[in-house]
Amino acid sequence: MSLDPARVLDLDPLLDDPQTRIVVCCGSGGVGKTTTAAALGLRAAERGRKVVVLTIDPARRLAQSMGIDSLDNTPRRVKGVEGSGELHAMMLDMKRTFDEVVEAHAEGDRAAAILNNPFYQSLSAGFAGTQEYMAMEKLGQLRARDEWDLIVVDTPPSRSALDFLDAPKRLGSFLDGRLIRLLTAPAKLGGRAGMKFLNVGMSMMTGTLGKLLGGQLLKDVQTFVAAMDTTFGGFRTRADATYKLLQAPGTAFLVVAAPERDALREAAYFVERLAAEKMPFAGLVLNRVHGSGAAQLSAERALAAAEDLDSVESEHPDPAATENAEPGTAENADSTTAENAEADTADAAAPDDVDDPDSATAENLAGARIVDQADGKAGLRNSPGTYGSSESPTSGASAPDEGSPAITDRTAGTGRTTATDHTTATDKPAATDPERSIDQLTAGLLRLHAERMQLLSREQRTRDRFAARHPEVPVAEVAALPGDVHDLAGLRDIGNRLAAHRPELPES
Amino acid sequence: MSRLQVVSGKGGTGKTTVAAALALALATEGKRALLVEVEGRQGIAQLFETEALPYEERKIAVAPGGGEVYALAIDPELALLDYLQMFYKLGGAGRALKKLGAIDFATTIAPGLRDVLLTGKACEAVRRKEKSGRFTYDYVVMDAPPTGRITRFLNVNDEVAGLAKIGPIHNQAQAVMRVLKSPETAVHLVTLLEEMPVQETADGIAELRAAKLPVGRIIVNMVRPALLDGVDLKLAETASRSAIAKSLSSAGLGGARRGGLAERLVDPLLQQAGEYAERYTLETEQRSVLAEQALPLHELPLLAEGMDLAGLYELAAQLRKQGMS
Repeated sequence: MSLDPARVLDLDPLLDDPQTRIVVCCGSGGVGKTTTAAALGLRAAERGRKVVVLTIDPARRLAQSMGIDSLDNTPRRVKGVEGSGELHAMMLDMKRTFDEVVEAHAEGDRAAAILNNPFYQSLSAGFAGTQEYMAMEKLGQLRARDEWDLIVVDTPPSRSALDFLDAPKRLGSFLDGRLIRLLTAPAKLGGRAGMKFLNVGMSMMTGTLGKLLGGQLLKDVQTFVAAMDTTFGGFRTRADATYKLLQAPGTAFLVVAAPERDALREAAYFVERLAAEKMPFAGLVLNRVHGSGAAQLSAERALAAAEDLDSVESEHPDPAATENAEPGTAENADSTTAENAEADTADAAAPDDVDDPDSATAENLAGARIVDQADGKAGLRNSPGTYGSSESPTSGASAPDEGSPAITDRTAGTGRTTATDHTTATDKPAATDPERSIDQLTAGLLRLHAERMQLLSREQRTRDRFAARHPEVPVAEVAALPGDVHDLAGLRDIGNRLAAHRPELPES
Repeated sequence: MSRLQVVSGKGGTGKTTVAAALALALATEGKRALLVEVEGRQGIAQLFETEALPYEERKIAVAPGGGEVYALAIDPELALLDYLQMFYKLGGAGRALKKLGAIDFATTIAPGLRDVLLTGKACEAVRRKEKSGRFTYDYVVMDAPPTGRITRFLNVNDEVAGLAKIGPIHNQAQAVMRVLKSPETAVHLVTLLEEMPVQETADGIAELRAAKLPVGRIIVNMVRPALLDGVDLKLAETASRSAIAKSLSSAGLGGARRGGLAERLVDPLLQQAGEYAERYTLETEQRSVLAEQALPLHELPLLAEGMDLAGLYELAAQLRKQGMS
């Protein structure tokens, strides 16, 4: 089930293309959007471009990973970038950006009047769409300065990925809207028949809103809008201009997601929305994708083998592995497939059981395995039946059926050893016997692998669902990292993973 | 047990899932819980596999032992209309206001107002009583905005104080704050065992405490099973590869000889163990950061099959077992 090559998103040509001037990273919260933006910026810079990354709300560590302790509203050059390019980074300060807009368009007293208006202060600090609007505004400013070859923008952590596109229009139409004009200039209306109703409505409404919010607030709003309006040609015009900038060639939208249901559902909505808005969409970046170098070994089979090791280990406290490596057994197992794993595994285990005094054990083991496989989360706990059926009652009692799996297994294993005739070292801790420890370690490795494979197949299902809905979308996959990014090397590593066409994924 | 339970968390940590599981857990054994959504995402409907929720309290699940979970997606505009109706008996005029965009205007003009309406509705549900005198809901669980915004969202008093200094909205804000800052309320934070969410949780707790809002518990979500311990991981570093190959072979996974199936599994399995070891170290560090917060800590497992309705009940049972309800 490897990806169709046509659908692989090739990021290097996009980053290298001098026509590409803006890359927008969008997606829902918690998918690694900001990190992706920073990694892309670094990669483009190291490939020779002069880049600025505009982050919205970066985690402190991400800022630190670019060697900047606190990002602010001014682009700062990032040190340690290799090659001829440059990387600059900044963090959006929405209030500061809004203030700059006012200051750029109004003179002394008038600017001061706006900046001191209580409604302006509330609006610039907390309007539901201010952050998105100001991100657009900042992007427009950066682009207008024409100092950078490429601007990489992160988008605000909205409740929904779509807010980024909607908010500027919403703020623009809100401030430019009919209602606010009615509120601010009721005197201009009137005369015509329809307006009469409006005026009645208006006075009732201003009255109600006044009661609700306090009359002063309405006055503040009126003063603010009047001041803004005469200062520069309206918010909607500005919002529209930035919107057009995003639609222009030279902009590329990347939707960032993780292979999880909710994140990919948001991503799908976003893809559709970008198409509807005629925004230039480049592709999907899928972060945190898991892979395995041993994908040929299914979860079920790994768990069955782990179970085998738990039991074999107690029946053969002496090193017993050598005889299992016989060519005959090995070939038999080599030809095994996951589907008939149960039967073959039982066969392969048979040589061990020849000298076993308890010939029923093999059957019991096979039985226990089937139970676990049906369960699907097998091996995370032991089937009590394994112990109860083949061992003495005491060992069964000593095996709790819940709790930490690793510890449970070990306890159970020791209990089983106690109950068999093979050893007298009843209280000897398992870890002191090197051979037994290897079997236990191997069982642990197999359980770990089973967990990985389950995760992998879940991710695969989620991705398939997305691919079925949007087969046309090119995808760049980034393998999951065990930890967070702390420095430029970490960002560079992500950049390499982003650009590599082939993440470590199972081929079947 | 606080009757208003607010659940926040960084984006991607599964706060909606935890809020829903908590509502189920609290409703267990004949109780009635209301699950409230304030961000208009319809996350609850998706989780419970039902159609989109209207602005109306609606029963969406039955908890073990006969309890009931109701859900409500609060729409700030409709909440404002409700509110105007209650105080001013507006009737048709309210609809006219809506048509004019006045409601949209009022709820967007003052972000604080929007929040007062949302928290106000939740507080009203907390205080509401039946004719019999018993509370309509034993518990109200709110799927709240993310950690970065939660303090500001709940601290409506400060937000509104600057805008509406008198009047009903001001009074409403005061009443809401009385409930939110009392022991009637607990704010829980959902996190993952990863650096950024843990850092954000620590910051969020500090902010909540500074605002004198009652911090409840930390819930670590999607915890992956501990499959190898420190001893195993040490051994994995030193163990001979051929011994592991033999062990794999003994479990029926093919030949241990060079190039045999079992032998070829050793490297990738050890690589996975290496990745696990790195995560194990990181998770141990994050656990100790969380422990420093001196708050009750709960852990919910990552569900191997992904999140579905059955998984939700499983998580609810976990929360109950861990004494969260």
